[in-house]
Amino acid sequence: MTSFLRRYCRNAGAVAGLVVLLAVVAVSFLAPLLYEESPWMMVADPLIHPFADTAYPFGTDMLGRDITAGLLYGARVSLLVGVVSTAVALVFGILIGAVAGYCGGRIDDALMRFTEFFQTIPQLAMAVVIVAIFNPSIYSIVGAISVVSWPPVARLVRGEFLTLKQREFVQAAVVIGQRPLRIILTQILPNAMSPIIVSASFMIATAILTESALSFLGLGDRNMMSWGFMIGAARTMIREAWWMSVWPGVAILLTVLAINLIGEGLNDAMNPQLRRRGE
Amino acid sequence: MNFLSFFVSRLGKALVVVLGVVIINFFLIRLAPGDPATVMAGEAGAGDAAYVAQLREEFGLDKPVVTQLGIYLKGVAHLDLGYSYRNHLPVLDLILDRLPATFLLMSGAFVFSIVLGVLLGVIAARTRYENRRRWIDSAVMSGALLLYATPLFWLSLMAIILFSVVLGWLPAFGMESVGAGYTGLARAQDIALHMVLPTVSLGCFFMAVYVRLTRASMLEVMGMDFVKTARAKGVPARRVIRVHVLRNALLPVITFAGIQLGQMAGGAVLTETVFSWPGIGRLMFDALLQRDYQLLLGIFFVTSALVVVFNLATDILYRFIDPRIAVGGREAAA
Repeated sequence: MTSFLRRYCRNAGAVAGLVVLLAVVAVSFLAPLLYEESPWMMVADPLIHPFADTAYPFGTDMLGRDITAGLLYGARVSLLVGVVSTAVALVFGILIGAVAGYCGGRIDDALMRFTEFFQTIPQLAMAVVIVAIFNPSIYSIVGAISVVSWPPVARLVRGEFLTLKQREFVQAAVVIGQRPLRIILTQILPNAMSPIIVSASFMIATAILTESALSFLGLGDRNMMSWGFMIGAARTMIREAWWMSVWPGVAILLTVLAINLIGEGLNDAMNPQLRRRGE
Repeated sequence: MNFLSFFVSRLGKALVVVLGVVIINFFLIRLAPGDPATVMAGEAGAGDAAYVAQLREEFGLDKPVVTQLGIYLKGVAHLDLGYSYRNHLPVLDLILDRLPATFLLMSGAFVFSIVLGVLLGVIAARTRYENRRRWIDSAVMSGALLLYATPLFWLSLMAIILFSVVLGWLPAFGMESVGAGYTGLARAQDIALHMVLPTVSLGCFFMAVYVRLTRASMLEVMGMDFVKTARAKGVPARRVIRVHVLRNALLPVITFAGIQLGQMAGGAVLTETVFSWPGIGRLMFDALLQRDYQLLLGIFFVTSALVVVFNLATDILYRFIDPRIAVGGREAAA
């Protein structure tokens, strides 16, 4: 574990990413303490410029809502949607991939066709259609993002299972009569975890981007302030109030960048051989 | 496997995907909260009982689900994607009307991203491999990492703020100047000018993907024995890169090009929304605003069908470029 930490810390970008992400997490927890009022409340004059009033460091929007409060509350939605939808997609993807890789044959064929189908159809368009039809809410958003993001996990897990299945320790478990479910859960899956963890971190980043795109299109949860919604609302004010769209975008950019850096750091730390090969 | 049976098996797969999308559309409407007819009619139809009743009859909602699916499939097979109550036009007509604009935008972004992406990827790989001017490699890779994390729609807005609002160099909205009445070359020039910002904003993310793909693939090929041989026998460095390395390194790039179109179709919804580009992406956004679900599902169907067609084309192209690849080989490369 310590050698893992040491390898991770050798990557300066990964450490920076972790610091930024921890800051975003802290902010999302502190939001209700720092700003008791809902971020939807009109609290000041409209269109206060950023840095002009110390009470509203990032300015206010055209309705006099505090952009700082919006940014803090938006962090909650982004992280929540990113983590939960990735978790759901992981469970489903691992399930499909494990069954396909372990069973092989016709089951594998059928499941991979199914996976390929979901990988072929345009993901964002599919997510938009799902959220629109089931009415925008945090549940439909998480569901839609999970539906479009599980296929790569399934393929990854299947690949890992196909190779691990041939290894001697798995063969040994088969010989001593362990049940397939137990072999999958206790023998193969733990050994396939590191690529799954790495791809999970990239999935969280993609999920945050997808969530912001959905709420930008007006498909966000009506009760939750999100960064994408703020940019969508700023679209018509672009000539008058540049700051309305700039800050939430920077927030998304920083968060997603931080998570991607963490993902690369994890990848390097978990596969040290790859790193040395120069890639 | 000869080309014909290869083509037929791919075509079969493509048709299955299209059929799958139709079935998804069918069930999405039935899974949605409320009566499918009222969902189809959207808010527009709420006050019009006659229209809802007509929809009910059209879809055979009193019949078993399998019969309903049959009716629906038959309609789609006849290219009947439904009627947009809001626009008073058949859905297919609306989409066909908007398709050329989307094709224009997507092909522009496609060419932009692949040309610049491969070029930058080659430069980055070369500077890294030769260990000279390594900062170029670092700069290109950092730029790609940054673009990876940038929301497409935000990048578009920032481009508008910088190039239209502050600098005033480029038009921000629409596909051509309204009411200018340009014809011929002047019109083409006008459209080209309007295309710059949407094309670049849409292409940027994919460019970053191509940069990383090309660089990784180049570095891998550069380490292979035949490249060492070429260098050892004195082939000029430029020629080694161009002839020996790049040709072999381009295969994963082509694989991604097929996949990219699916993602780009989604990206086009965002770009067209920001730039008021009159394509099917913008149409999708309008359908969202108006809760015009017939239109929404029609667009989803058409974009999926397009992606399938493009994938089919990439598969065939792939087979010509690299005859070693058998039908199942694409998964290994992906």
